[in-house]
Amino acid sequence: MSSTHPTLASNDDPSQPKRLVVVGGGMVAHRLVEALRDRDTDGLWSVDLFCEEPHAPYDRVALTSYFAGQSPEDLLLPQGFAVDASTRVHLGAPVTAIDVSARTVRVQGRDEPYDALVLATGSSAFVPPVGGADLPGTFVYRTIADVQALEAWVAERGPVATGVVVGGGLLGLEAAGALHGLGVATTVVEFADRLMPLQVDEGGGSALRRIVESMGVSVLTSTASAAVHAGTDGRVASMEFADGSTVDADVVVFATGVRPRDELARDAGLVLGERGGVVVDDGCVTVAADVYAVGEVACIQGRTWGLVGPGYTMAEVVVDRLLGGAATFPGADTSTKLKLLGVDVASFGDAFAEAPGSLEVTYADPVVGVYKKLVVSDDAKILLGGVLVGDASTYASLRPMLGAELGSDPNAWLLPDGVGARVTGELPDSANVCSCNNVTAGAIRESVSCGGCTDLAGVKACTRAGTSCGSCLPLVKTLMAGELEKAGVTMSNALCEHFEFSRAQLFDIISVTGLRTFSEIIGQHGTGRGCDICRPVIASILSSLGTGHVMDADQARLQDTNDHVMANLQKDGTYSVVPRVPAGEITPGGLIAIGRVAEDFGLYTKITGGQRIDLFGARLEQLPEIWRRLVDAGFESGHAYGKALRTVKSCVGQTWCRYGVQDSVGLAVDLELRYRGLRAPHKIKLGVSGCARECAEARGKDVGVIATDKGWNMYVGGNGGFTPRHAQLFAEDLDTATLIRTIDRFLMYYVRTADRLQRTAPWVETHEGGADAIRAVVLDDSLGICADLDAAMAAHVASYRDEWAATLADPDKLAQFVSFVNAPDAGDPDLSYVTERGQRRPATAQERGSTLIAGVKLEVRA
Amino acid sequence: MSEWVAVCTKGQLIPERGVAVLVREQQVALFRVTGTDEKGDPADFVYAVGHRDPFADANVIARGIVGSVGHGPEQRDTVASPMYKHVFALATGECLTDPSESLPVYRTWIAGGVVYVHPVPVSLLVA
Ligand code: SRM
Ligand SMILES: Cc1cc2nc3c(=O)[nH]c(=O)nc-3n(C[C@H](O)[C@H](O)[C@H](O)COP(=O)(O)OP(=O)(O)OC[C@H]3O[C@@H](n4cnc5c(N)ncnc54)[C@H](O)[C@@H]3O)c2cc1C
Ligand code: SF4
Ligand code: FES
Repeated sequence: MSSTHPTLASNDDPSQPKRLVVVGGGMVAHRLVEALRDRDTDGLWSVDLFCEEPHAPYDRVALTSYFAGQSPEDLLLPQGFAVDASTRVHLGAPVTAIDVSARTVRVQGRDEPYDALVLATGSSAFVPPVGGADLPGTFVYRTIADVQALEAWVAERGPVATGVVVGGGLLGLEAAGALHGLGVATTVVEFADRLMPLQVDEGGGSALRRIVESMGVSVLTSTASAAVHAGTDGRVASMEFADGSTVDADVVVFATGVRPRDELARDAGLVLGERGGVVVDDGCVTVAADVYAVGEVACIQGRTWGLVGPGYTMAEVVVDRLLGGAATFPGADTSTKLKLLGVDVASFGDAFAEAPGSLEVTYADPVVGVYKKLVVSDDAKILLGGVLVGDASTYASLRPMLGAELGSDPNAWLLPDGVGARVTGELPDSANVCSCNNVTAGAIRESVSCGGCTDLAGVKACTRAGTSCGSCLPLVKTLMAGELEKAGVTMSNALCEHFEFSRAQLFDIISVTGLRTFSEIIGQHGTGRGCDICRPVIASILSSLGTGHVMDADQARLQDTNDHVMANLQKDGTYSVVPRVPAGEITPGGLIAIGRVAEDFGLYTKITGGQRIDLFGARLEQLPEIWRRLVDAGFESGHAYGKALRTVKSCVGQTWCRYGVQDSVGLAVDLELRYRGLRAPHKIKLGVSGCARECAEARGKDVGVIATDKGWNMYVGGNGGFTPRHAQLFAEDLDTATLIRTIDRFLMYYVRTADRLQRTAPWVETHEGGADAIRAVVLDDSLGICADLDAAMAAHVASYRDEWAATLADPDKLAQFVSFVNAPDAGDPDLSYVTERGQRRPATAQERGSTLIAGVKLEVRA
Repeated sequence: MSEWVAVCTKGQLIPERGVAVLVREQQVALFRVTGTDEKGDPADFVYAVGHRDPFADANVIARGIVGSVGHGPEQRDTVASPMYKHVFALATGECLTDPSESLPVYRTWIAGGVVYVHPVPVSLLVA
C-alpha cells in the first residue's frame, strides 16, 4: 500500500510557495497555523484553513465560561498570525470530500488543490442510541452553537426547569455545572459505578460524589439511560432508565463521550483505527502521501487523544515535517487537573496503580470532602501517579515528580499538617516475607486488596511468594487472611478470581439456571473475562450437560488448546493423535491403516500405557487430513486430550485365556463405547479384568471391574500417577445390567459434584461419609437423585457423536486448522527433527544449533 | 511511510480465540477481544503479541486461553500459554506469572474489515 503514493508535488516551481490545506478550524488547527507562520520564515508554504463553524478558532476547553458571561468573541483564540494573501481563513466552509490521488479537497462545490493536507477535524459529541435522543430539548456540549442553543432553551423554560445530564465524566460534570449555574435542578446520570471513572478511582469517585451532591446536584451511578420521553407538546419531559424508573426533565444534555470526525478520511480510503480516528504514524502522516492528521481526529500510537495538549504536540510535529524536519510524536500523558463545579480534581500518572507491584497510599476525610491517593513503587519511594479530589493544591509539585523519588514518607504529601505518619501494629509493608522471590508483606496484601486474589493459589501466582521453597507459605497465608478479613471476606473455595463458587456450585448454578453460554454465565455469576482455570471448567460443565461441539463459537474460546483442536500439545508445539481403540482390541487392518497414516505424515509412533497407539509430531494444519484418513478407516477420537473418559483397559479374558471367567474384552468394549466423550472434572479411566489375577490392573483405575464366578465386582477410586491409589471394593457379584447402571450413576455423580481437577480417589475420600455414603447414593438412592443421574447418562449416550467426524463435515471448523491465517499451508519454520531408532523426534536446543535434519517440509510426505 | 502489513480480515478472527499470522517472517499471535469502550458500547480490540512462548521455546501463544486479571479499571486482558500456562498481559506482553520473560507487542489496526499489523514491535512498557 505504500508503493503507490504519488511523490510529485503539484507545484514544482521552487520560487512559488507550496499550498497547505488545513481542514477544521479547531484548537489544534489554530496552533498549527500559528506555529507554521511563526517558523516558515522563508515563505515555503501558503495556508488555506477551512472552518465548518461560523466562528474563527476558539477556546473549546473554556466553553463553559460562556455561562459565566463570556461572549463567543471572548472565547476566540488570540489570533497569533496575520490573515493575508498567503494565509487565508475560510469560515463556514466545510470540506465535503478529499481526493488523495488527485490531491484536491472539495469545498462549496470547488476542488481545491493541495501540496500538503492536514486533517484537524476534531470530534463530534456522541449521542447514545436511546429512544427520543433527538427530541426538542436534548443537547450535546461541544460547540458555541450548542451552548447558545442550550442557554436559549433553558431561558424559555423558566427558573423551575429540571435537567438531566447523561454522562458523569469530565464533560458531564462541566455540563452539570453549567445547568446548575442556570438554576436548573440537575441530575447527573453515570453508567459506571462512580463519577469520572476514567480519571479517578473508587475512593476519588465517592469523594467527588459527596461534594457534588452537597452542592445540590443529584447523582445516579451504575444507571443506564433507556429513553427520553416527550410531553404532550412534543418536547422533552422525562428521562427513563434501564430499571424502569424515570425523572422529570425539561432539558437533557448528552455528555457521553466523543467520536473522531474521520468521515472524510474514511470516504477517501485512509486507514482508520479500531475505535475510529485516522491512523497516522509517529510523524502524524496517514497512509496517503502528504496527508497528515492531528488533534482529536488522529489515531496515533494506537489511540486517539481527547485532550488538547497532545493535539498541540502533533501540530508542532507536522510543522516540523512541513519544514523538512523529522520530528516524531513522543507520546503524551493523560494527567489532568480541573475545577469542576468548584471542586478540584486531579489525576496524574499511573492513577489506577497498574504498574506491577505498585502501592497505593490514600488519605480521605469525608467530612471535609477530601480524597487523596498516591501511587508509589513497591518500596514506597518512587512516585508513579495519584488522584486528588477536593484539594489538589499539591498537584503542581507532585506532577513533575512522576518517576522520581518522593524524598520522604509518602504520607507527608497527603496528610494535613499535624497528623503523624500512619501507625500500624502489624508487619510493615516493606518487610520481606518470601526471601526466595523477594516478595514484601505489602505486595502480598496488595495482591489481595487490589489484585483481586482470594485464595493462596491466586496470591502465589500473582506475587510468586511461596513458589520456591515454600517455607514462607504459612506467613503468606496469614497475611492474606488478614487482608481478606479487612475486606469483609471469609476464605472461600472460589474457583479463581472470576468466580467465587466451587466447580460443584457452578455446576448446580448452570444446570438450574439453564444458562448455556459463557458470556451469560460470567456476566451473571462472575466477573471479568475469565481465565485458563474457569473457562475450561465451564466448557467441561457445558459439555457434561450435553451442549454442542467443543469448537462451537461460544465454547471454542473456553477450551484449552488440546480440547480445541482435539489433539495433545507436545513440547515443540506440534500435536499427538490418538485414535480410540476400545479396550485395546484392534484388527490387523486397523493397525495397518494407522501405520500407513503414520508413515505418510512422518509421525513418531508409540504404543501407550492405555493400550492404544499414539502418533506424535502432527502440525496443526495437518490434523484434518490425518483425521480424514483415520475416520475413513473407521477410527474415531480417543479423547486423549480431554478431561473425559480415556480408556477402558482390558485383559484378553475368558475368550482366550485359560483362567478367564467372563468376557472382559466384550464388557470393556461396551463400557468404552458407552462412556466415550463424557466430559468430567478430570480424566476417567476404567479397567476390566477377566479374573482375580487382575492382568488389566483394574484396581488402578477410577472404576475397576473384576470378573467373578457369579458376575462382576466393582471397585472405585483407583489411579496411578502422582499419588497411586488402589480402588476400593464398591459392590460384589453384580450382573452386567446392574453393574452398568451402578457405574453410570457413580460417574454421573462424580461429574456433578467433584472439584476441578479432582480425580475420583480424592473425591471419594473427601466426600462426606466416603465410599459408604456414595454407595448409599448410587445403590440405595439416599438422595433421591438416581432417576436424574440415569437420565443424564442416557442423554449422554444418546447424543454422543464423534467430534472429529463432525469437525471434518464442517468447513467453518476446518478453517481454524491453519498454521498462519495469512499463510495457511506454511508449516512452522522453527520446527526441526532428528532421527533416533528409526523414527524422528524433536531436535534439542543444541541440535538445533547444528543443522541435522531440519525443516518440516523435507520430512513430510503427505 | 506506512509499513503496516495487512494480515487477514476481521472475520477470520474468532472472538476471544487467537490465530497466528506471519508478519515479515515474524510469527505473531492475534487476539480479537470484545469489550466495551468508554461509553459502555461493545467494541472489538485486536491485540498482537509474539507467537513464541519464551519459556517453552515453541510457537504456541496464539493457541492459549484468553482471560483477564483484576477487576474494574484495573482489569487487564491476558492470554495463558497452552504449554506451561504462563499468563501474559495482552496489552504489554508482560508475563504476570514470571516477570523474567515477556512477549513482544505489535500495533494493530483494522480498516475496512482488514486487520493490519505493524511489523516493528512496540518496546515494552517499563514497569
Ligand atoms: C501417551 C501416554 C504415555 C505413553 O506413552 O504410554 C501418556 C501421556 C500423557 N499423560 Fe499419562 N499417559 C499415558 C498413560 C498414563 C497412565 C497409565 C494408564 O492409563 O494406564 C497413567 C497412570 C494411571 C492413572 O491415570 O491414574 C498416567 C498418568 C498421568 C497423569 C497423572 C494423573 C494423576 O491422577 O496423578 C497425568 C497428569 C494429569 O492428567 O493431570 C498424565 C498426563 C499425560 C499427558 C496428557 C501430559 C500432557 O498434558 O501432555 C501426556 C500426553 C499424552 C499425549 O500427548 O498423547 N498422565 N498416564 C499414555 C496414554 C494412554 C492413552 O492411551 O490414553
Ligand atoms: C466543554 C469542554 C471542556 C473541555 N475541557 C478540556 C480540558 O480541560 N482539557 C483538555 O485538554 N481538553 C478539554 N476539552 C477537549 C478539547 O477541547 C479538545 O481536545 C480540543 O478542542 C481538540 O482540538 P481539535 O482541533 O482536534 O478539534 P476541535 O476543537 O473539535 O476542532 C475541530 C474543528 O473542525 C471542524 N470541522 C470538522 N469537520 C470539518 C470539515 N469537514 N470541514 C471543515 N471543518 C470541519 C469542526 O467544526 C471544529 O470546529 C474539552 C472539550 C469540551 C467540549
Ligand atoms: S485377567 Fe489375566 S489372568 Fe485373568 S483371564 Fe485375564 S489374562 Fe488371564
Ligand atoms: S521463602 Fe518463599 S518460597 Fe522460599
